[in-house]
Amino acid sequence: MQIPTDLLARIDEAISHYPVSKQSASLPLLHLWQEHFGFISDEAIEWIAAKLELEPIKVLGLVTFYPMFRRKAPGKHHIRVCRTLSCAMAGSYALKEKLSKAAGIEAEGHGHGAGGGCGGHGDPVTVSEDGKYSIEFVECLASCGTGPVCMVNDDFYEAVSDEEVTQILSKYQ
Amino acid sequence: MIFANVDREGYTPDIECYLRHGGYEDLRKATTMEPDAIVNDVKASGLRGRGGAGFPCGVKWGFIRRGGPKPTYLICNADESEPGTFKDRYIIHQDPHQLIEGMVISSFALDVHLAYIYIRGEFPEGARILERAIAEAKEKGFLGKNILGTGFDLEIYVHRGAGAYICGEETGLIESLEGKRAYPRIKPPYFPAVLGLYQCPTIVNNVETLCHVKHIVQMGGAEYAKLGRPNNTGTRILCVSGDVQRPGYFEVEVGSLTMGEVINDLCGGLKPGRKLKAIIPGGSSAKVLRADERYKVKEKAEDGSMVDKEIGIEEIRMDFDTLAAVGSMAGSGGVIVMDDTRDMVWTLNNLNEFYAHESCGQCTPCREGSLWMRKITDRILAGGGTEQDPDTLKSVADNIAGKTICAFGEACSWPTQSFVIKFREEFASRSTKPLPLPTPPEFLADRLSEEPTKALTTGSHH
Amino acid sequence: MSTQTATPEAPPPVQMLNVQVDGVWMQFPKGTRLIEACSQANKFVPRYCYHPKLSSPGNCRMCLVEMGMPRMTPDRQPELGPDGRPLINWIPRPQISCAQDVAEGMAVRTDSPMVQEARKGVMEFLLINHPLDCPICDQAGECRLQEFSVEYGNAKSRFLDHKVKKPKNVVLGPRVTLDDERCILCSRCVRFMKEVAHDDVLGFTERGSHNTLSCYPGKQLDSNYSLNTVDICPVGALTSTDFRFKMRVWFLQETKSFCTSCATGCNTTISARQGVVYRQTPRENNDVNEVWMCDHGRLNFHYLHSPERLTAGPIVKVLAQDEDEPTWSSAIAKAASALKTYRGEQIALIASGRNTNEELYLLSRLARTLGCTQYDIIPHIDLGDEILLSEDRNPNTAGARLLGLTGETPGANLKGIAEGVRSGKIRALLVFGEDATQAGLSEADLKKLDLLIVANLLPDATTKVADFIFPSAGFAEKRGSMINKKGRLQRLNRAIEPPGHARDDWEIVRDLILACGGGNGVHSIEDVFRQMAADTPALAGLSLSKIGDLGVPLQLS
Repeated sequence: MQIPTDLLARIDEAISHYPVSKQSASLPLLHLWQEHFGFISDEAIEWIAAKLELEPIKVLGLVTFYPMFRRKAPGKHHIRVCRTLSCAMAGSYALKEKLSKAAGIEAEGHGHGAGGGCGGHGDPVTVSEDGKYSIEFVECLASCGTGPVCMVNDDFYEAVSDEEVTQILSKYQ
Repeated sequence: MIFANVDREGYTPDIECYLRHGGYEDLRKATTMEPDAIVNDVKASGLRGRGGAGFPCGVKWGFIRRGGPKPTYLICNADESEPGTFKDRYIIHQDPHQLIEGMVISSFALDVHLAYIYIRGEFPEGARILERAIAEAKEKGFLGKNILGTGFDLEIYVHRGAGAYICGEETGLIESLEGKRAYPRIKPPYFPAVLGLYQCPTIVNNVETLCHVKHIVQMGGAEYAKLGRPNNTGTRILCVSGDVQRPGYFEVEVGSLTMGEVINDLCGGLKPGRKLKAIIPGGSSAKVLRADERYKVKEKAEDGSMVDKEIGIEEIRMDFDTLAAVGSMAGSGGVIVMDDTRDMVWTLNNLNEFYAHESCGQCTPCREGSLWMRKITDRILAGGGTEQDPDTLKSVADNIAGKTICAFGEACSWPTQSFVIKFREEFASRSTKPLPLPTPPEFLADRLSEEPTKALTTGSHH
Repeated sequence: MSTQTATPEAPPPVQMLNVQVDGVWMQFPKGTRLIEACSQANKFVPRYCYHPKLSSPGNCRMCLVEMGMPRMTPDRQPELGPDGRPLINWIPRPQISCAQDVAEGMAVRTDSPMVQEARKGVMEFLLINHPLDCPICDQAGECRLQEFSVEYGNAKSRFLDHKVKKPKNVVLGPRVTLDDERCILCSRCVRFMKEVAHDDVLGFTERGSHNTLSCYPGKQLDSNYSLNTVDICPVGALTSTDFRFKMRVWFLQETKSFCTSCATGCNTTISARQGVVYRQTPRENNDVNEVWMCDHGRLNFHYLHSPERLTAGPIVKVLAQDEDEPTWSSAIAKAASALKTYRGEQIALIASGRNTNEELYLLSRLARTLGCTQYDIIPHIDLGDEILLSEDRNPNTAGARLLGLTGETPGANLKGIAEGVRSGKIRALLVFGEDATQAGLSEADLKKLDLLIVANLLPDATTKVADFIFPSAGFAEKRGSMINKKGRLQRLNRAIEPPGHARDDWEIVRDLILACGGGNGVHSIEDVFRQMAADTPALAGLSLSKIGDLGVPLQLS
């Protein structure tokens, strides 16, 4: 695997923010990696573990603990819909369904991942067949006054109405 | 005060705009003061932490000894994740320098030379804005080496979380900042002010709290303490969501408004034709208040004596002490309003799913109990509620609260405890199946849900 | 040097603190963990995650107790009650007792209604997702979940829903198998690997109720200390691949012993049933091994039950045609009469650093009886570590040295013995518990000897060409003492009988001495020790029973 030089430079810069302990740079490095490669592969875990002189199990422990990190490739554009109370009251379950439909993603049960009560956190992300979009429910995005809210990539959308769904998605091709 | 520049016409988050509006003047003032004098001002201000627990900030700061053998760290808790709360996002996005200035002043007072802003991962834009603001402040000499020629050095770095609510708990946050799974630490011995980040003294303060420090320096602690009510000083930002006409955030003097005033005057009241059913007054972890209940509080009479009074939900004053007196809490300032169209089982299940998802899983009661409560409310919603479920729910919550490493135990059990008690009839009417015979649990949940009417018991069990 | 500095300073007196346990005021040394103080007061507090040799994460919440501190007057003095003792302010919520040291005036209730409620709650939580497969679980009978359920739990389950599914039968490493559904996430194993074994390969993945103990895929729990995780696992999650499904633990008889696989001498418990050793586990001895041992030593007992084991009685190679199968006495008499035909300088003795002191003492007497002056032990050196495993794989080098069977450098005489055998100067060789081909002698060299007498457990290159073979006993089959590398005298106890006709080594040597005409007989191993102690200043005043279960340190020069 070739790590681009500018990514390497950003990784080294991130490590420099933690003069006391390199381990502190774990989350920043995972973010940088995921932003560049889309998800955290086995190779990513092993590379980061070696870089920070950690056992790879410790990095895997982080990747599976923090919901933002993905073990599989998302769609080209990744959608996060807030699931928690205020947004749910404002219609976020319906919003997720509409977004899924508009994005060509096969509907799947509500909540985090399949399997209802006994599933893990494992893989809550569903990807459209053409690989263009992926969607997941996330917990509170801290914009409860303007629900339902969602994020597409890093962009934030508030009080999303039914009409806006296709309009929003059309921006992401 | 804190939100003076939020949504202000023409106000931009860059440093030039901030300086035009008097930015970093309070830092200049602070650097002429003795650090202890700043700490004393914060103590005198009566400022209570705005993160949720309402711990007096000055007391927290008072644990720090300047010039100890270990360095002291400051961490800004910007992991805003308490459902119903949405204030920090606006400060960070629209007025980041207010926070930076508050942090530099606090660091100067506490002899901190390395500080981190732990911002939740879902705020990528906020992280970029803060990084830009830090670079600007450094360039202007408000940050970095020899700040304003005083010889005081400070570096601030932005550290992004990655979607874990538990990182809002200060020792979980510290573990996360150390690059570990955010398992909160046991206290004692790991009080952050003694054994915090890298086992060094550490102060963790909420975004809003650190912003207040700037204003306390500006006004002086005693003057600041005149805002609000005794023991509930200053302003605070209320975030209102749910079934009101105009949800939003409002900066008010603590305790200056009642619940009714917040709902009716600030938020335009309920939607047409609806009746108030319930309010969660301080973020999703706060115990729910029922609209048709009467609450007993103590109020100061004109002669100064305390008298008992019975009030309705709309008369509840929005301050730390009153909300505690009516059995809930001011928490993070997130008010979630529910009208009579809301199903309380559905509402609690939504919260239970949140807490089951966010439990770090370190300690037994919360790890096992949060998911159990969710499974029960899931099953009741699916039509599989049994007669014992409301009691089981309540007792599971009771067995979590007060028995865990961190306050998440209370946070996840308070909703269940309060919803089941306050809306008992709603839970009971959905939990009518006779208790089934002992059967391997692997098969029970489905059978209960699939056979909504047929009793599952046979023989002598009932 | 002044005389003052030469005198060792007396240790500072330990401060004693007053602590109230279930209403009774008692004293404990400063620095005592509250949970330990309760145990010392005979008020056992149940626990899962707490382990005295590891850090305290306080995560299982089983050790919750009610705690209080003295009520203080405004001038920070404790308020006293009518009995002159401090009045207690009880903390309204239960506190863990595993992470706090006792403090002056602290009070604790280990069995109040609040505590009972808390324990009942924690027990219920631990069981809702735990498979109730006790009948087929290897931990059954020594499972804390079972034990504390009986003592502190509820008989009825209120759980009606799906249990969380997790990986089962996970091969964590070459010696450890994991059932994640049984794991209660106490993190003892993770902490052990990090803090003691210094091999941080275990960790948790996932979150909340889905937390899962794991190794990184492709990595293994293959540390030489991995089986300690099985010992400290309070439930049936981590099991020994060697031991699992072999025997229900309640059938096992336990014998206190120590490990003879290196010079450290970790204290052990040997668990056996009907003549078969099923497992060896470490036994606490803070002067030797704390509570740990290495996998190498722990599993090094299967050879006792090898099908190759010499069990058929003594073998005499050169028998007249009409002679009967030899008995022990006839074989020893024959060996002795053969030995007596050689002069002392024609005889050599190779003893073993795995022999007990008693065996070595008698061997040195045998050598003296025969006038033999060429003897030594064979050193066994291999890689050691900083934790427990010693480079010296002989468990009793120090004993061999003390009893004169070897010198400062073990094996220094072996070269001379080998040359003597090759040159023909040495005609008779006695080998006890060793394979002489590891002492610089080839099989061909051994064939040159007129007389080769060997006592051992298993056939090897030496027994192949020996004239007399005396089947002897393994470490679990005999009594005796050894001295570890730190000079600690420790005692082996017999867990099982030697198989078949194999005999205790010391008896073989004693009978040889008698048959060779050397002195009065001894009738018991205690007699041997007594004689040895009388002849050996470092052992003066000691007896086998005085060694006790934890051994005694010796003053060795």
